[in-house]
Amino acid sequence: MENSNTIIINGLYKRFPVGKGEFTALSDISLNFAQGEFTGLIGPSGSGKTTLLNIIGSLDVPTEGEVLVLGRSIGKLNAREAARLRKESLGFIFQSYNLLAVHTVYENVEFPLLLLRLSASERHKMVLDALEWVGLTDKIKSKPPQLSGGQCQRVAIARAMVKKPSLVLADEPTANLDAANSHHILQTMETLNRELKTTFVFATHDDKVISYLKRKIYLLDGRVDKDEIINHNSLKP
Amino acid sequence: MIKFLIKGLLRDKSRSRLPVIVVTLGVMLTVFMHAYITGFMGDTFEMNAKFATGHVKVMTYAYAENLSQLPNDLALVETDNLLAELRNSYPDFEWAPRIQFGGLIDVPDSIGETRSQGPAIGLGIQLMDKGSKEAERLNLKSSLVAGSLPSRPGEILLSDDFARKLYVKPGDEVTLIGSTMNGSMTMYNFTVVGTVRFGVEIMDRGTIIADLEDVRAALDMPDAAGEILGFEKKGFYNNENAEMISAGFNSANTKPEDEFSPIMKSLARQGNLGQYVKLSEVWSMYISLVFVFAMSLVLWNAGLLGGLRRYGEVGIRLAIGEEKGHIFRSMIVESFFIGLVGSALGTAIGLMFAWLLQSSGMDISGMMQGASMMMPTIIRARITPPDFYIGFIPGVLSTVAGTMLSGIGIYKRQTAKLFKELEA
Repeated sequence: MENSNTIIINGLYKRFPVGKGEFTALSDISLNFAQGEFTGLIGPSGSGKTTLLNIIGSLDVPTEGEVLVLGRSIGKLNAREAARLRKESLGFIFQSYNLLAVHTVYENVEFPLLLLRLSASERHKMVLDALEWVGLTDKIKSKPPQLSGGQCQRVAIARAMVKKPSLVLADEPTANLDAANSHHILQTMETLNRELKTTFVFATHDDKVISYLKRKIYLLDGRVDKDEIINHNSLKP
Repeated sequence: MIKFLIKGLLRDKSRSRLPVIVVTLGVMLTVFMHAYITGFMGDTFEMNAKFATGHVKVMTYAYAENLSQLPNDLALVETDNLLAELRNSYPDFEWAPRIQFGGLIDVPDSIGETRSQGPAIGLGIQLMDKGSKEAERLNLKSSLVAGSLPSRPGEILLSDDFARKLYVKPGDEVTLIGSTMNGSMTMYNFTVVGTVRFGVEIMDRGTIIADLEDVRAALDMPDAAGEILGFEKKGFYNNENAEMISAGFNSANTKPEDEFSPIMKSLARQGNLGQYVKLSEVWSMYISLVFVFAMSLVLWNAGLLGGLRRYGEVGIRLAIGEEKGHIFRSMIVESFFIGLVGSALGTAIGLMFAWLLQSSGMDISGMMQGASMMMPTIIRARITPPDFYIGFIPGVLSTVAGTMLSGIGIYKRQTAKLFKELEA
C-alpha cells in the first residue's frame, strides 16, 4: 500500500476483562486500507469485526499495537480528540439506522453539520446535496417513524455522508432491510464511494453486502483469516 | 445547535411534557403541604390569640401572676391612658381591652323564679365601639346561629350549646350572678339577642359575650380592664417580634415591687403555649423537610430515569462526534429548564390550592367534639413567603441532580459500551 493509506493497523490486540480473566477479541491484526476502498470485515458473530470497526471509529482503543486513522493514532487520542476525529472525518451507518425520531429528515442530516459550526446557508446546501444523493429530497419534512426501513437507512447514509467524510464505517447496514432495499442502499453507497472517493469499511456477514465489496477481509476468532481483493490477487496476512 | 436541542425537547413529549408534569405534581404537593402545615400550626396560635392571649397581652403584674384565676380585683385601671400610650408606642399592633370573668347565668321563668342555671365564662369586648375590630376578630357575625349581634347596651350573646342547655333563645332575659372588682356580689340583667358557635369546643360549652361597657357596669370596673390584648396588624403571630416588644415594654414599665404595674407577655409566655410555639416550629420544619426530601427523591429518580432512557440518543450523538462534555452539559441545561418550568407551574398550582384552603378552610368539627384544648375546627392553609420558593428545591435541584447522576454514568462509561447499548 502507498502513502494514501486511510487506515494503518499494526499488531493490534484487543482484550476485554471477563471476570478475573481476559477475553481476547482481536489478536495480532495488521491491515492497511487505502483511500477510496470499499472493504468489508466479514465473519460470524464473535469474530471481532464490530470491535475492529469500533477501534477504527475511535469509539474504543487498542489494548496493544497501533491503529492510525487518517494519520492519527487512536490509542493516543484523548476523548476530545477522538470526538473531533469522528466529527470531522468519520461517518457511521448503523444496523438499526439510529435516527433521532423526533427530528425531521432534514434535521437528522443537518445534525453533524451543526457540530462543525457551519453557517446556515452552507448547511442547507450540503443537506440538500446529501438528500439528493440518496434520493430523498421529497422527504425532508418527514420524521423517521413516517419512513420505511429502506428510506430510514438512506437518511442514515445521507447523515453519514453529508460532511463528505474521508471514511464511512457501516456496521451491518442491511441487516434490517429486504433484498430490494439492501441492493438500493448498497448501490447508493457504491456510487458515493466512486464519486466522492470516500473509503467505506463494512462489518457484515450478509451475502448481498459481500457481493458489492471490492475487498473482503475475513475474520475468525479475532484474527485475519483471509484478505481478498476482488478481481486482483488474493492476499494472506 | 441550541435551536436543534430545543426542538428535540419540545417534540419529545417523554423528554419534556412528562418530566414537567412529574415535577409540577411534586412541587405542587410540596408547596401545598408546606402551606397546609404552616396554616394548621398557625391557626392554633391564632385561635388562642383571638380568644384568650392576643399576640401580646398587657396585664398588671399581680394579674399575670394569678392569670388562671382571672382576678379582676387586680385588673388594670385608667386603661384609656394606657391604651393611648400603647397605640402611640406600638402602631404596628391593634390594641383591645377585655375583661374575662366567671359567673353563674340564671334564667328566670315568667314569675321571676329560676328556671335553669349554669356556670359561664364571660368575655367583655368592645362590641359597640366604632372602629373596634373585636366582633370581626372573633368572627361573631358568621358564628351566629340564631338572633343578631348586640347593638344596644345590656344585650349579650350566648354560646349556642349553652343556650340550648339553659333553654334560652334570643329575646330571653338572663341574670349574671358574679362578683365585682371589689369583691362584692353582683346580679346584672342582660337580654340574650343571639347565640353563637365558634367552632372551638372549649368556647362553645358555656360562654357569654358582652360589650365591655356592660361588663364594666356589671362588675363595677369603670375605665378598668383585666387585660389589653395586642394583635399584629399583619395578622399573624411573630414570636420574635412579640418577644422583642414585650421586653422593651417591660423594661420601661414593669416594677416587680409594684403589683399594679403593667407587664406585657407574648403569646408564647402565656400558659404552655411557649412549648407549643417551639414544638410547632420544629414540627413545621421537620414535616416540611421530610416532605421536601421525599419529593426530592422522587424527582431525583425522575431525572435519573429521564437521563438513562436517553442512552441511545447519547450513543448516536457521540458517534457523530459530539463531545461527552457537551452532551452532559446540554442534558443538565435541559433538566434545569424542565425543573424550572415544572417548579413554576407546581408552585402556582400549589399556591392556588393553598389559597383555596386558606380562604375557605376545611371543617373538621366532627373530629373535635369533646376537645378541651383551644384547637381550630376549621383547618386553613397559610401562604407564607417560603411557599414561593420551597418547591424549587426538589423541583430544580433534585431534577438536575438526578440528570447529573445519570449523565455521570454516561460520562464514565466507555464510548464503545454506550455504542453497543445503542445497538442493542
